[in-house]
Amino acid sequence: MNTFYSIMTLTLIFAAPIIVTGLGGLFSERSGVVNIALEGLMMIGAFSAATVTVMLEPVTAAAPWIGLLAGAFFGGIIALIHAYASIDLKADQVISGTAINLLAIGLTIYFAQIFFNQQRTDAFSRGLVKTTTPVLSEIPFFGPILFTNMYQTVYLALLIVVVTWFVVYKTTFGLRLRACGEHPQAVDSMGVSVRKMRYYGVALSGILGGLGGAIMVLTQDTQYTIGTIHGTGFIALAALIFGKWNPWGLLGASLFFGFSQVFGIYSNDFEILQGLPQEFFYGLPYVLTIIALVVFSNKSVGPKAAGEPYDVSKR
Amino acid sequence: MSKNAIKLLLVLLLAMALVVGCASQPAAEEPAAEEPAAEEPAAEEPAAEEPAAEEPAAQIRVGLVTDTGGIDDKSFNQGTWEGVLAFAAEYGIEDDNVKYIQSESDADYIPNLSTFSDDELDLIVAPGFLFFDALTEVAALYPDQKYLLIDSVVEADNVASAVFAEHEGSFLVGIAAALKAQEAGEDTVAFLGGMDFDLIQRFEAGFEQGVWAVDPDMTVLVDYAGSFSDSQKGQTIASKFFDDGAYIVYHAAGGTGNGAIKEAKDRVQNGEDVWVIGVDKDQYEDGIYEGDKSVILTSMMKRVDVASYTVAEQVLNGEFTGGVLTFELSNDGVNIPQVNPNLKDEWVDTIMAYKAKALSGEIEIGMVPSRLQ
Repeated sequence: MNTFYSIMTLTLIFAAPIIVTGLGGLFSERSGVVNIALEGLMMIGAFSAATVTVMLEPVTAAAPWIGLLAGAFFGGIIALIHAYASIDLKADQVISGTAINLLAIGLTIYFAQIFFNQQRTDAFSRGLVKTTTPVLSEIPFFGPILFTNMYQTVYLALLIVVVTWFVVYKTTFGLRLRACGEHPQAVDSMGVSVRKMRYYGVALSGILGGLGGAIMVLTQDTQYTIGTIHGTGFIALAALIFGKWNPWGLLGASLFFGFSQVFGIYSNDFEILQGLPQEFFYGLPYVLTIIALVVFSNKSVGPKAAGEPYDVSKR
Repeated sequence: MSKNAIKLLLVLLLAMALVVGCASQPAAEEPAAEEPAAEEPAAEEPAAEEPAAEEPAAQIRVGLVTDTGGIDDKSFNQGTWEGVLAFAAEYGIEDDNVKYIQSESDADYIPNLSTFSDDELDLIVAPGFLFFDALTEVAALYPDQKYLLIDSVVEADNVASAVFAEHEGSFLVGIAAALKAQEAGEDTVAFLGGMDFDLIQRFEAGFEQGVWAVDPDMTVLVDYAGSFSDSQKGQTIASKFFDDGAYIVYHAAGGTGNGAIKEAKDRVQNGEDVWVIGVDKDQYEDGIYEGDKSVILTSMMKRVDVASYTVAEQVLNGEFTGGVLTFELSNDGVNIPQVNPNLKDEWVDTIMAYKAKALSGEIEIGMVPSRLQ
């Protein structure tokens, strides 16, 4: 049973950056702008968070939390480039996103060189620390999973899922945002600025993408390096599609992906699976994802207008 | 028809011109990128008793090409360069005669190596296996030029390839792990590898032998992450190790190991007692979680500085032979750090006693882990 609890806890920790970043992608794509720049935005966020944490740690214990804010802030700033290119300049959104991904690699290493004289940040000494909540960890079943050796950022990620669901489905803002992704001309005809809505969407994706990267580096690494994010942004994008552009679906997809990763690591604890070669488990998460995509993809339809620059004259 | 023939002829001519142009030795230009050679006042050892000041020391010129990590990467580039500087200080080599050139991308390796080769330096150092392809190519083009490649082997007469006896160094940290675990009354330690192939298996083999030399009943858990840059996986595996009762994790997994260090830091701050053993360099600083307290028990160091120092010395004395040079316990090529705040003095004594046994041949350290035997 302890193994089960450990797997569940680690799954949540593994999934948290994917969830947050994926929600960022959700805001962008729901507004009609495809955002494959999530990977790059995570890198920017992770670098900013690590740098701020390293610098403020000697001063204040709140350094990692300020780092999270910094990650979100700079992620948002960089996303505005994507917004400007794909909304105002009507550039191809995939190309603009790719450009951001490439830019992020160079930019983070360049600044690391300036700040730390090396091609990665210095190691921060604490980052975010796992906590065990005193009373709540005694609750049977949920206690060991949710409140033992857990990062508080996981709670933050789950909270953002709820907030996102509420904002997207229960508010006027959400309705307009979704409409922009489905039929921007209709939105425009009602006197709402499509441009503005899309800017909000992309900026939010930058903020959440940056936050996701920040969470990742501060919980699971000791410094920012070029390998810190290693494709998690693309996994978040896949989780978004897999979750059908819906916050709950995204949550499920992220947990599923995290679980298959952690399960791969724990697999040699189960006697039945011990005979299989290790490479099988390295590949397992990806195989499971493909299978799941095939099984569940029949209705996986994204926002209709996503990827198209808004053209007033088109009906 | 004839038009095509002419075209073909032209192309051939162009191609020939290209080949001829490449073959001719470019007139030795001024030392290409004027590096601010050795601005650090050759730290390390104070230039030990200069050989009779009136006689100018024999000079050789040594150049180092960094990989993309840069000269101050706190890893192979920096370590190798420090070896060159120590050599220069020891033998009174003038500052102008030791220099480095930075590579901004992988594509710079061949041009940079060629630049130094055209300059006919006495020794050109390439720190790290990333240079394998580039050096294979360049060494063939300049058969009279001497090269040193760190941590990988190029089979050429003019290349000295420095490899390290990782299993011997790992043996030492295995002893440290077992002693620490015994003190705490623990019976399990763990090994986290990057990828499961023979080089990394040597770390595993040495480590478990070290542990079992102290206590044959101790359990050594083993897992491989399948990556050298996946800290998420490193953290998850370390967490599993610790949950399974491991007291110390020895990682040979590069960036993946960062995750293990992070996990240990978190657990220590939550009142658990766990440790990590670092690799390649002294990782003490990476493990600091409060003040100067670190989760790094000790580290298995590959002394790349010893490698560059030794080979530069060979060149100076006209003893350069090329081929594979193994840096091991006997020539101080692998070792634990000089200062180990987390090891008791008596443990260090014990480790050194085992080292002496290994050197005298009383203990033989194998290169294949027990699970593969």
